[in-house]
Amino acid sequence: MKDFRRPIKQYIWLILFLSASMLSFVFGFNPGISISFNFWDFFVEMITFIPFLFILIGLFDVWFPKEIIEKHIGKESGVKGIFLVILLAMFQAGPLYGAFPVAYILFKKGSSIRNIFIYLGAFSSMKIPMLGIEIGYLGVEFTFLRTIISLPLFILIGYIMEKLVGKSFEVKEVEPT
Amino acid sequence: MLTNAVIFGLVAGFAVLISLLLDRKKTVQGVKKGVKMFLGIAPPFLNILILVSIVLFFIPPELIVQYLGSGSGSTGFFVAAVVGSITLIPGFISYPIAGALIDKGASYGVVAVFMTTLMMVGIVTLPLEIKYFGKKAAILRNLLNFFAALIIGLFVGLMM
Repeated sequence: MKDFRRPIKQYIWLILFLSASMLSFVFGFNPGISISFNFWDFFVEMITFIPFLFILIGLFDVWFPKEIIEKHIGKESGVKGIFLVILLAMFQAGPLYGAFPVAYILFKKGSSIRNIFIYLGAFSSMKIPMLGIEIGYLGVEFTFLRTIISLPLFILIGYIMEKLVGKSFEVKEVEPT
Repeated sequence: MLTNAVIFGLVAGFAVLISLLLDRKKTVQGVKKGVKMFLGIAPPFLNILILVSIVLFFIPPELIVQYLGSGSGSTGFFVAAVVGSITLIPGFISYPIAGALIDKGASYGVVAVFMTTLMMVGIVTLPLEIKYFGKKAAILRNLLNFFAALIIGLFVGLMM
């Protein structure tokens, strides 16, 4: 038997909101009506492209598993090393704190301090799924400019971090709590 | 809004088609994966849309223009950088907020600062980061990224 309570619980706010919205229309409660129109605009904006984006992400995941890039990452230095960590970062998803364990893996595999921090920079702002959604909401021009300006800064931060934290730097393994 | 649907629809349709020609099984697997991910993100996404719809009703656009618009100068950058550094909003969910801010008159530069600090600087997750990288490296990384975000905003603002 499937548990049907969880799906309903997930949508509890939506159900409450739609009920309140309907009541607003029935009783002519103007703030409620304006808010409902706001929501409708946002909803249409979202539903017209986000599902397509996720189909793309799903296909991407199947065709280009990130394990392939991960295998090639390690001690490579110079431009090739930087290129590889950025590529690896672009294929990820999730919040920045999800990248810390990957930083640990990179460290274990012998990546330079510089590349670990370049990875974090690229991870936080150049993930492909994120770029897709950014284009949808903020436009190609903004996304392109932000990315192209960020990239050299992240690489620079990698170099500065390497200089400042020095050779004693290490990434510790943190047990998930 | 409709251009988005057309562009993303075309790109996705094209990708599915090519994928189908290459490998039927992988395509089904990929599309299923995508739909599953979408259904996973949908509830929190809808909740944030509800929240933004309500909040926007109470915040007059003039206020957004005044504090986050192109005339807001360093105040806008500062507000965006601080809010972005402190709050912990998942990336996917922050874009509709950023889009709404732009619609209501915030400048692109300010939004770039907000998005970048949101993604790169994490006061809330700093304790966790310190566990991984140590105090010095974690604090330095956040500081450097904070300044990088301001530079990024400045350039985006100048170029758009």
